[in-house]
Amino acid sequence: MEKIQSLTSHNGVVIFTKSTCCLCYAVTVLFQELRVNPIVYEIDQDPEGREMEKALLKIGCSSPVPAVFIGGKLVGSTNEVMSLHLSGSLIPLLKPYQLLS
Amino acid sequence: MNSSSTQYLNSKRMEVYEPMNPFSMWGDFKGNIYQDAAMIIEVDAKLENQLSEDNSHTTHGPSNQCDQEASKPVDKVLRRLAQNREAARKSRLRKKAYVQQLEASRLKLLHLEQELEQTKAQCALMRGGVNASQLGFPGAATHAGIAAFEIEYEQWVDLQNKKTNNLKTALNSGMDDTELDRLVQDALNHYANLFNIKATVAKADVCYLISGVWKTSIERLFLWIGGFRPSELLKVLVPQLQLLDHQSHDLYNLIQACQQAEDSLSQGMEKLQQTLAEAVACGQALGGGCYEMRNAMDKLEELVRLVIQADYVRHETLQQTLRNLTPRQAAQGLISLGEYLQRLRDLSSTWAMRLCEPA
Repeated sequence: MEKIQSLTSHNGVVIFTKSTCCLCYAVTVLFQELRVNPIVYEIDQDPEGREMEKALLKIGCSSPVPAVFIGGKLVGSTNEVMSLHLSGSLIPLLKPYQLLS
Repeated sequence: MNSSSTQYLNSKRMEVYEPMNPFSMWGDFKGNIYQDAAMIIEVDAKLENQLSEDNSHTTHGPSNQCDQEASKPVDKVLRRLAQNREAARKSRLRKKAYVQQLEASRLKLLHLEQELEQTKAQCALMRGGVNASQLGFPGAATHAGIAAFEIEYEQWVDLQNKKTNNLKTALNSGMDDTELDRLVQDALNHYANLFNIKATVAKADVCYLISGVWKTSIERLFLWIGGFRPSELLKVLVPQLQLLDHQSHDLYNLIQACQQAEDSLSQGMEKLQQTLAEAVACGQALGGGCYEMRNAMDKLEELVRLVIQADYVRHETLQQTLRNLTPRQAAQGLISLGEYLQRLRDLSSTWAMRLCEPA
């Protein structure tokens, strides 16, 4: 889907969320803790939200939200993010986008 | 010759003795009195009418004793009182122990009755003849889900202890690494089973799962989103392992990553509580609670996702930990974990017994 395509290719770290989703909030908090400021796009606030949801499932996200993209590539949902982080593989992926502090 | 006042009670429970008439005593118990060290005559206000005898007395006639009674030393009286106090104290201790036993039995009985009820409900469902709605009370399906969980969980705990013991035996028997690894994988699978049964009951009643009532009281002290904090368990276990430097380093990083994951889920939980509270509050304010309460119900569905996510983190952390270890280290880690968890449960039992003591 073009909207997803353009959003993710023009921004380093993008998380598609829904305003009611607490796991989306958790993932956003985690990224901020890792000194990354992701673009958070609430698909339930977008008129095309339904299509976006279907598209996200189609490209292989285990659950439509949260859907995490790093460097234009789909990383996955909460499970994938947690696995990567616990195995120490998340931070290397985020390194180019970490804020200097 | 026996006088009516002769009642020589030598009961083991209460060492209380009736006053004796020295004449009758002679007649009935000649020769035995002085061998019985426990023989003491109770002292009452009318001390001058009584005689006391012990082993130090010689076998004289009553006249000797009558002479002595007026100058009966106080220390004999004091000794008698002390012995009575001691007897009474022992009696109280025995009673206390007995009551404690009774209280423990009572608790066990209550627990067994509860289990029986739940098992009956579960059996009724499993026989297939009964529809959950026919069980005749609201939330019967949920109740059955909970009953099933409690049975499965109890079986899980039993099996976990057995597997821990097997691992221990295997480790000490010098089993080779391949075999040991098989046992380790088996133990890992067993933990996976736990998360599966938790997921099932989460869908039946997430509030029940998250409340932790199914855990023992001491385990509940450490409750975090329906279970233990994996980082805390790691911090307990890691010092018990003999690790190489790079392993320590990796595990330290894992603990840190785990804490960050936990924090993010905790904040997710807080957000959920906040929005749930708002949804419930709005419902009341608007009066037409329908929409807002449905909103609140949706929030509770979010809670299910959160709890399952927490269990996912627990499972992943465990797997990641074991990936960094040799089979022997992994076995040791699992043994330590299993034993630690069981000790928490044992402490809960001890604690429960403690509360049974009469004030």
